[in-house]
Amino acid sequence: MAEVTLTINGRQVTVPQGSTVLEAAKKLDIFIPTLCYDPELTIDGSCRMCVVEIKGARALMISCATAATGGMVVETESPAVVEARKTILELLLANHPMDCLTCARSGDCRLQDYAYRYGVKEGGFKGAVHQYQIEDDNPFIVRDMNKCILCGKCVRACAQIQGKSVVDYSYRGFNTKVAPAMDTTLAGSDCVFCGNCVAVCPVGALQEKGLRAKARTWEVEKVRTTCPYCGTGCNFDLNVKDGKVVGVTSCDGDVNGRALCVKGRFGYGFIHHPDRLKKPLIKKDGRFVEASWEQAINLVAEKLGAIKSGFGPEALAVLSSARCTNEENYLFSKFTRAVLGTNNIDHCARL
Amino acid sequence: MTNPIKDVAGADFILAIGTNTTESHPIIGLQVKKAVRGGSTLVVADPRKTEVAELAHTHLQIKSGSDIALLNGLAGVIISEGLYNKEFVKERTEDFEVFRAAVEKYTPEYVEELTGIPADKLREVARGYAGAENATILYTMGITQHICGTHNVFAVANLAMLCGHIGKPYSGVNPLRGQNNVQGACDMGALPAVLTGYQGVGLDDVRAKFASAWGLESLPAKPGLTVGEMLEGASRGQIKGMYIMGENPVLSDPDAGHVIHALEKLDFLVVQDIFLSETAQLADVVLPAASFAEKDGTFSNTERRVQRVRKAIEPVGEARPDWRIICDVATAMGYPMSYESPAEIMREIASLTPSYAGISYPRLEQGGIQWPCPTADHPGTPVLHVGKFSRGLGKFSPVEYVPPAELPDQQYPLVLSTGRRHFHYHTGTMTMRTGALEVHYGTEYLEINASDAAKMGLAEGDRVRVSSRRGSVELSARITDVVPEGLVFTSFHFPEVAINKLTNPARDGISKIPELKVCAVKVEKTA
Amino acid sequence: MANVTLTINGVKVTVQKGTTVLDAAAEAGFFIPTFCHAPELTGFGACRICVVEIQGMRNLPASCVTEATEGMVVQTESPAVVEARKTILELILANHPQDCLTCEKNGDCRLQDYAFRYGVKGPGFEGQRHSYAIEDSNPYIIRDLNKCILCGRCVRTCAQVKERAVVDYAYRGFNTKIAAPMDVPLGESDCVYCGRCVAVCPVGALTYKRLSGQGRVWELEKKPVTCTFCDSGCQFDLISKGQKVIGVAARAPGPGRPLCLKGRLGLELMYCDQPGTPQLKKDGEFVGVTWPEALGLQGVLEKLKKIEG
Repeated sequence: MAEVTLTINGRQVTVPQGSTVLEAAKKLDIFIPTLCYDPELTIDGSCRMCVVEIKGARALMISCATAATGGMVVETESPAVVEARKTILELLLANHPMDCLTCARSGDCRLQDYAYRYGVKEGGFKGAVHQYQIEDDNPFIVRDMNKCILCGKCVRACAQIQGKSVVDYSYRGFNTKVAPAMDTTLAGSDCVFCGNCVAVCPVGALQEKGLRAKARTWEVEKVRTTCPYCGTGCNFDLNVKDGKVVGVTSCDGDVNGRALCVKGRFGYGFIHHPDRLKKPLIKKDGRFVEASWEQAINLVAEKLGAIKSGFGPEALAVLSSARCTNEENYLFSKFTRAVLGTNNIDHCARL
Repeated sequence: MTNPIKDVAGADFILAIGTNTTESHPIIGLQVKKAVRGGSTLVVADPRKTEVAELAHTHLQIKSGSDIALLNGLAGVIISEGLYNKEFVKERTEDFEVFRAAVEKYTPEYVEELTGIPADKLREVARGYAGAENATILYTMGITQHICGTHNVFAVANLAMLCGHIGKPYSGVNPLRGQNNVQGACDMGALPAVLTGYQGVGLDDVRAKFASAWGLESLPAKPGLTVGEMLEGASRGQIKGMYIMGENPVLSDPDAGHVIHALEKLDFLVVQDIFLSETAQLADVVLPAASFAEKDGTFSNTERRVQRVRKAIEPVGEARPDWRIICDVATAMGYPMSYESPAEIMREIASLTPSYAGISYPRLEQGGIQWPCPTADHPGTPVLHVGKFSRGLGKFSPVEYVPPAELPDQQYPLVLSTGRRHFHYHTGTMTMRTGALEVHYGTEYLEINASDAAKMGLAEGDRVRVSSRRGSVELSARITDVVPEGLVFTSFHFPEVAINKLTNPARDGISKIPELKVCAVKVEKTA
Repeated sequence: MANVTLTINGVKVTVQKGTTVLDAAAEAGFFIPTFCHAPELTGFGACRICVVEIQGMRNLPASCVTEATEGMVVQTESPAVVEARKTILELILANHPQDCLTCEKNGDCRLQDYAFRYGVKGPGFEGQRHSYAIEDSNPYIIRDLNKCILCGRCVRTCAQVKERAVVDYAYRGFNTKIAAPMDVPLGESDCVYCGRCVAVCPVGALTYKRLSGQGRVWELEKKPVTCTFCDSGCQFDLISKGQKVIGVAARAPGPGRPLCLKGRLGLELMYCDQPGTPQLKKDGEFVGVTWPEALGLQGVLEKLKKIEG
């Protein structure tokens, strides 16, 4: 494959022909801010945040959609570039609520990151500000279109990852907003609440309802694990605060990338449900009575032992679980065969 | 699956049969959608017009339980038109002639009678599958939950071998497994006839290897009972005690009334679970287990990828991880079992299981590994049967169409099929307690076709009683063209709509899987 | 010592006589928000955010300065308490810049924490706002008194060292501010920039100049170190972003000792500025050598190593 060599911030880099300037810069570990760009989605080039100065080019070029060519000379943080980025940020902030105080995406927000990076303290312009109602009539996702910067990542994720195309741009000009058909709420649309739009939203316009009500981004510890529902084996991060699972966020899973379904992303509430069994129970006179582990284990051992010696191992049977881990299934098989002395073990593979 | 999930998006032709992919396996559904967006051909065979069927270029809306007729019919067309992969058949398979003879009678016209699929449509699909560079077959319980479930799978495998769409990327025979670790539970020998890695209990050297590793003289050689047979044995009084870990057969197994009766007859039942499930309520002792967020371990997904589960929080209350509980019970029964951690258990598994031999926790930190992985430096095996089948040559196993065990009649004129919904999972034990999913999708309904509804004078939302010879449930009707005339459908997620009171426990002779996809019912409007 | 037993949110807790309701609540596992309270400083009771409801009392007392007594029945999150806290937050926010967007303390700010906890999205009142010039005329500490909530923690911590007591309340009413004598900038005062006031400030009024613009709180890691400048053993935090140490923050002074600027600067020199290698003139040219060589201690060190063996 043909390659091209270009110079970025005075350093030479060689990339395959067809690479963008953004990709070439990444290869040099040079950071260029982006809002609408996402490696998994088609290029939009709408936010202009990634502009760079290219020698000989008439205007500042967007690095996400400009192909690197041989001999190109690029500056990613020149005064003109920085000024452009500042102005873009000021324009965005002119119509963005200044409520990082309580915004649950504070700490994980690109608009905030870049405002800090370029020292943009507020919107530099006064003008009309949107006054949309916050949409939270479903149990999964909160949509605050006042915070939307119209990067269109959710539109593309819905079409290109989820294949649903539930949301798209509607209206024109200042009134442009991202909405389902007929500008209904998500609950009134075909949305299946996979939340993949939330995973790509760079600001606080789309938030996970449960997670964001419970924790600030800097308070959670993320633990990567595998989903407990179907057999696809998606990976995600459990978000933990004060010893409790408060939510699920995407990671880059082997099987699923960042995509999850509604059960994986929003189906974690059972972990801390009050119905969880917290103590061993022993049935006495038809009713369950709480018992200690020692009592319960001894009773189980005694009863199983008595049946084994009284009626033989074949009078015992075990159901293992497609929900438990490999290690647990292995041990249960070992227990059945080595301790009970029977091969009567099965699980619900057929159901 | 013979091939990885990511291969689906790269297939030129996808035959999805008996799988409601976008609802039951949404993330695999994304791969199907990606393939279609990229120009692949999607054919869906399903009695219901599911979302994935709507997406398909061709929807084969077959009669419930007529899969073998369809698959044999496709094979018949491919052979008679000379479209099969002659080189693959010659080099890699055996018993082709027997197979050819068996499918001969499944002419498109005969298949049309059995399945309701027009002969020309069948021919078109057959040509598409055979002609594709890479074709993949996806299936789930719509294929397996029949009295001929095993034969259905044979029919799928026959078709793939016939066209050589196996043993290479972007193709294969791909069952999508329904539970997070159903693959792993099978791999680990939680089955009556095999130990880990499908090493048969009937083989002397296998038993000797495990007995010596486990410090015993010998291990039982006689294959054990399957779930259905256990419950049968319990109701006859031959099984006296059961230990159930993390399963809810009262809701998941067919003919729930019979299951409850069987479990009640036991002398002793111990259930280990995270909730007091419908099954746990029948127990003598209930042991509180830790959830997936509260323990370390591994799950093996449907593409045989072993992946880490990591402990994020301490177990709630006094709950303990299942592996610790098993160790405690074993120790109390006079067989000391103690492990530092699941990592140590995995080392023991690897030492006894050739297909897992190269898998270890340090390696899994770098990402999942697809078995077989025989050595520590083996990269894992994304695609099975490359160059050679595990038994050597691929054997064609001719199978014949048989009608479902229970067909509609005067008294029970409709077919009931069951399955899953997007927002819920299995018996609902978890998804009914999330504070979100059940809020959004809180009640179950019965899908019924408009013409059947009209016959009964049913309106949208009317309460109906659905009854089979075994039981009945009440729920609301939803009038929809998702189901064709003569078919009704609902899920088994909702305890208050315990649909498995109705389903037929008739089982496949080989795999013992019950025929949950077809039973005869009647629907009546309640007052 | 005598004990008292009281009930907090329905939970009985027994504490030593003399304990505050705030500490008793902590003992029982209940969190009560505080601004002006700090365990190492004298009780102040100024901010009122720690108010609780106590059966039989006329109004909502501040739990940080209310002694727990026998039989007391306390509610820490009753509707009246929550309403009071919300109002307090609204009042504070009515004269506090809403610039978490770029504020250095975003992510480590009690005002922000409590606003989130109680769902106070902004000021509930409109009124006059301060517009003090930001004071950054000294090389170490930036003071933005627009963000000051007048909790007085800086005043009290500064006064712990008798000869310092640089800052205190000045003016009255709305004009109250924390200032050095004659309201001069810190640079013209007796301040030695020990950073103790920065360490205790609950909001963004006092921040380190060196860390300004260098990273957000959630990107930074803190690692405690003990100062080796003198024999007092004061505690500091090394602040790092990624692999790089970008600053040193004050923690607590050693027992009976003040914190000093020298220590912090010394640590910055050691950990952040990575002083270059010593240069020794060899054959008329400077070459980089190790410290032992530059100081002529090579031989001594080798002997020591031998002894340690």
